[in-house]
Amino acid sequence: MTDSSLTNAPDQRKIFLSLDTTARSRGSDKVAAQVTRVLDTQPQLDATLIRNGSRGMFWLEPLLEVTTPKGRVAYGPVRPEDVSDILDQACFSDVTDHPLCLGLTEQLPWLKAQQRLTFARVGVIDPVDVADYVNHGGFVGLSNALKLSAQQLVDEVKESGLRGRGGAAFPTGIKWQTVLDQPPQQKYIVCNADEGDSGTFADRMLMEGDPLTLIEGMIIAGLSVGANQGYIYLRSEYPQAQRLLNLAIERAAEASYLGKNICGSEHDFHLEVRLGAGAYICGEETSLLESLEGKRGLVRAKPPLPAIVGLFGQPTVVNNVISLASVPYILSEGAASYRDFGMGRSRGTLPIQLAGNIKQGGLIELAFGVSLNEVLQHYGQGTKTQRAMRSVQVGGPLGAYLPQEQWDTPLDYEAFAAMGAVLGHGGIVAFDDTVDMAAQARFAMEFCEVESCGKCTPCRIGAVRGVEVIDKITQSSGEQHQDHLELLHDLCDTMEVGSLCAMGGMTPFPVRSALTYFPDDFSSSTQGAK
Amino acid sequence: MAATNEQGLRQIAAIIEQHQKLPGAMLPILHAIQDALSFIPSNALPLIAKALNVSRAEVHGVISFYHHFRTEKPGTHVIEVCRGESCQAMGSRALEARVKDKLAIDYHQTTSDQQYTLEPVYCLGNCACSPAIRIGDDIHGEVTEQKFADILDSLTTYSLELK
Repeated sequence: MTDSSLTNAPDQRKIFLSLDTTARSRGSDKVAAQVTRVLDTQPQLDATLIRNGSRGMFWLEPLLEVTTPKGRVAYGPVRPEDVSDILDQACFSDVTDHPLCLGLTEQLPWLKAQQRLTFARVGVIDPVDVADYVNHGGFVGLSNALKLSAQQLVDEVKESGLRGRGGAAFPTGIKWQTVLDQPPQQKYIVCNADEGDSGTFADRMLMEGDPLTLIEGMIIAGLSVGANQGYIYLRSEYPQAQRLLNLAIERAAEASYLGKNICGSEHDFHLEVRLGAGAYICGEETSLLESLEGKRGLVRAKPPLPAIVGLFGQPTVVNNVISLASVPYILSEGAASYRDFGMGRSRGTLPIQLAGNIKQGGLIELAFGVSLNEVLQHYGQGTKTQRAMRSVQVGGPLGAYLPQEQWDTPLDYEAFAAMGAVLGHGGIVAFDDTVDMAAQARFAMEFCEVESCGKCTPCRIGAVRGVEVIDKITQSSGEQHQDHLELLHDLCDTMEVGSLCAMGGMTPFPVRSALTYFPDDFSSSTQGAK
Repeated sequence: MAATNEQGLRQIAAIIEQHQKLPGAMLPILHAIQDALSFIPSNALPLIAKALNVSRAEVHGVISFYHHFRTEKPGTHVIEVCRGESCQAMGSRALEARVKDKLAIDYHQTTSDQQYTLEPVYCLGNCACSPAIRIGDDIHGEVTEQKFADILDSLTTYSLELK
């Protein structure tokens, strides 16, 4: 994608610094304040500062980019004291020999090898500038959508092969079809932005870096099923995303993309951000709906499906942020263009989030099918502590821990399911060889105990018993040790088949995988050594 | 549960008035009250219950379900330490022990000088720069024992900047 600013005003330089939460946690606000100070005192630099999303190369944040006739040039990680020299060089010469200069951003190997469809604008544009969004291909999908019938729209999404990116991987088009098939009445589009899995931040990055894409996706979803009201259920742990989403909604409404008669059509679409309150379980769709209705986030029994009896008893589409944000691409570039990426039944791209003990952590959007090893070694460059990597957890707190033998598995929903693991929301957390896998298994149970909604017994009580029995396992030996192990396996079976939702039903995944692949960590002799 | 005074009650009444027509108004009202008063006072419950036509028990049930809502006044600074797996992979178990030592309190407690309240949190979405903590709306990454001490210092030191 070419930067339109270059053709608009070739002489005026633009300086970009991220306002993404992680970039800010690494000091991008301080660097931005210094840039403002320098620009104020040296008007001859003739440049403007834009706060954008992050490119997702977090070890390079704060990443400062400057527009040049050749494209954007990146510097990073930048400290406030570097700003003066960098701006001097970037604005007055074509020389790029500053020690922090990384060259053209788009040519950085980490970024260049990616297939950024959903994240194409994240880290590129001003997140709350509608004109900038439109200049970079925004609202093309919506404009195409307005020319199609609801059924044609649903068919297009079906054709794309898009599956829910929240974790369950249910075909998005089929969910939409169910809602469309309900007789005309009040229907809702609910965006699940309760991204609670540790090791995941793709939703946050998108909402902070390109919130208008999510908004556009939700409007198209509304047109597809006949819904005129949307809610974004956002977790309260994301204050920056909340601020930017609200600002983007306000700007979109001013430009008549939201509200009554959007874009001069006969369609209405209203959108509101609602804040969660620190409950992991509210990422489960029925618990989320209860919470939106103002109740305790207790999981509902299914059926009825939310697509038929959802929010306030009305037909409701509940989709993850990335699922909805992938829709504008599908509508602007065509279903086939999206479907051409990926492998098997996993079509399109997956925003992979690389986290934990990793040298180069961040966001990598790639077609399904890349191997875990490729991601960990090529992109991640091994552990941050420079020790041997021992285990990786994929798919959040309810995902399996995988040993090295399984790292050649391709990132594909079916390939992961085949080995008793899940791809989930695409979060990968790496651990080095100091990890105690019995402690990680215990934590999985502890987490379930803290976050269980309490509605069903296997989850509510099972998690408590799970912590107790893991403690007994690590403190006993011989026959007793074996008995407790058997009990834990039994408990895992009960939780897996007897729980109402994935909270209790999948907590056994990390526990069992730790037991299977790292059995030595559970013996009392190794416990003393740790 | 702690109560609030007349002035607090007036604020609460205004908040309820402003939000009660929203569909599913309960959480927006609770958030607005906590944002304004730093906690949800016990004498707010009957007002919320009446406005939303639910029982006081139901309001209490909602407040107690969500980790975010609190019914006691917190310290000046609420410090949330991430306990998620990504942070564990970067030493958060040791960090949380140091933080508790340094503040001499456990989770869900407030220091005797009313400066700090300590809470656990399960993921702040800053996982590529673990371990993370949140203080107010600021999220800090790659937190070490030293960095935590520096952050505490910055909270108690007021800098005068001449521009």
